[in-house]
Amino acid sequence: MPRQIRRWGPPLLLISPSLIIIGVFVYGLIAININTSMTDIHTAAQATGRKPSEFVGLVNYTDLLASPAFQHSLRNLVLYTVVFLVGTMVMGFVWAWLLDRPARGEGIFRSVYLFPMAVSFIASGVVWRWLLNSNQGENASGLNRLFQILGVPFLQNNWWNNVNYGIAAIAIPAIWQLSGYVMALFLAGFRGIPEELREAGRIDGASEWKLYRYVLFPQLSPVALSAVVIIGHMSLKAFDLIMSISKPANYQTKVPAVDMYVFKSAFNYADAAAVGVILLVIVAILIVPYLVHTARAEKS
Amino acid sequence: MTALTTDGLAAPLGHAGQDHRPRARKRFSLARTLKFLAMLFFLLVVLIPVYVLIVTSFKGVGDASPARAWSLPQLWTTENWQAAWTALSPAIFRTLQMVIPAALISSFLGSMNGFVLARWRFPGADLVFTLILFGMFIPYQAVMIPLLQLVLGSGLPSGIPSLIVLHVIYGIPITTLIFRNYYMSVPNELIEAARVDGAGMIRTYFSVVLPISVPSFVVVLIWQFTSAWNDFLFAVFFSSSQNGPVTLALNNLANGALLQNYGVSMAGALLASLPTLLVYILLGRYFIGGLMSGSVKG
Repeated sequence: MPRQIRRWGPPLLLISPSLIIIGVFVYGLIAININTSMTDIHTAAQATGRKPSEFVGLVNYTDLLASPAFQHSLRNLVLYTVVFLVGTMVMGFVWAWLLDRPARGEGIFRSVYLFPMAVSFIASGVVWRWLLNSNQGENASGLNRLFQILGVPFLQNNWWNNVNYGIAAIAIPAIWQLSGYVMALFLAGFRGIPEELREAGRIDGASEWKLYRYVLFPQLSPVALSAVVIIGHMSLKAFDLIMSISKPANYQTKVPAVDMYVFKSAFNYADAAAVGVILLVIVAILIVPYLVHTARAEKS
Repeated sequence: MTALTTDGLAAPLGHAGQDHRPRARKRFSLARTLKFLAMLFFLLVVLIPVYVLIVTSFKGVGDASPARAWSLPQLWTTENWQAAWTALSPAIFRTLQMVIPAALISSFLGSMNGFVLARWRFPGADLVFTLILFGMFIPYQAVMIPLLQLVLGSGLPSGIPSLIVLHVIYGIPITTLIFRNYYMSVPNELIEAARVDGAGMIRTYFSVVLPISVPSFVVVLIWQFTSAWNDFLFAVFFSSSQNGPVTLALNNLANGALLQNYGVSMAGALLASLPTLLVYILLGRYFIGGLMSGSVKG
């Protein structure tokens, strides 16, 4: 018995505070949240316990998923995620490809491409709200005015004020902020490829394009997978940028995370919790297979 | 190499200058020039918002007409900066009081966890690690309602004290991940030597492992500093603009009475970003190290 304690005691002592914290604050709270999402707590009186609440099962979920407003949020989320993902992957890859071979001043380019990552979404939202101003013609400022100056006035549009596609405009600043991160991932991927592999390809007479297509791209697929998962899960949680550029009440830019905040502000805790669970399920579908895959890859 | 298992800290990008590969022959070629022009083009595009921020922040109220949106200020003035500083400085100091303890405590916890998970092979170790990691990816919306009730019920003061606790708690997964990956790369002999000398796990941790963890601590501290500084989600749920961090104060400034005065909000955005930008400029190597070894936190 004392031997057991000597063997198990110390590591357990070091790690148990964190295990308990994660157990309570992640898994425990998720369980309570699921429970809350199946009650009828829709008013402040119930939220503060002054009025009783009841268990209603999955009614909140069926109501939410059937409501056109929430469907609009989900549709916005999909659109935002597609634009954000495609944008960051393309930009990140192009930048990494441009910077792949050491060139003069490469460090400066890399640092500039990556710096927006260090800035908060709230701060960048301030300037992007100005850039994405929907005024056109005489009153245009921001990018619309820049398009006039550059002689391409037909590019002017009303950005995030478009009811159907406005959310895609919010993805532009998100791409600006995170393409550098994807670039960094791809650069690390490029540089992890042994030089011999490239040389071998060249000796075999492969053209530059073929070298990339058949030698380098396949080596990059694990990096690309990480990038997709990381950007994808960030995108699903989109909140800060939308709060900063638009407003929570704006129909055209709302996504589930914003709905959750609006429900919470109205003390509609049941629906807020239900939206949280829906988001969790969506993120888990993306993340869990990835975590399992990573754990397996590490073992072998 | 997947992002979650990258163990070299600043490895791939940090040493770009000492690349072992032979430099491509230096000669003029069309392809190289085109590439360089493309790089320059993207550089300018990325810097557009910076130009707007700086120029607008120095413009006076009368200088704000749409027609002059992209021009330099007619008269450079610092009044926006003064107004922004008055509005944001209390929040900036509060944010410092928040991020420093939060970063220190969560780094320390992450280091202990990382050491145990890297060195102690117990049944189910991988499952425990994966369960901790999942905590890094969850949308916090899924715990927010009970968390609100818990924090309110605990009597923890709203604002900075609550936020320190929350950043420590939800920082555990990422700090654990970064330290675990680092400790996996520490040579086994070092730990074994300590054990042979009769040191137990806790002695080994404090006398052997902790002293060699400095590089990892730098990476994790920077990472936690940046993400806590830039956090808005916890801020908006657990504090007000009177007692909250700078992201909340900035958002209120930009949405508030001065809505039409972009100069003040742009100066404010720059002020609020200065600490993290300084960290990025001075310690960029380690910042990238954090990115690469820890992937990202939402």
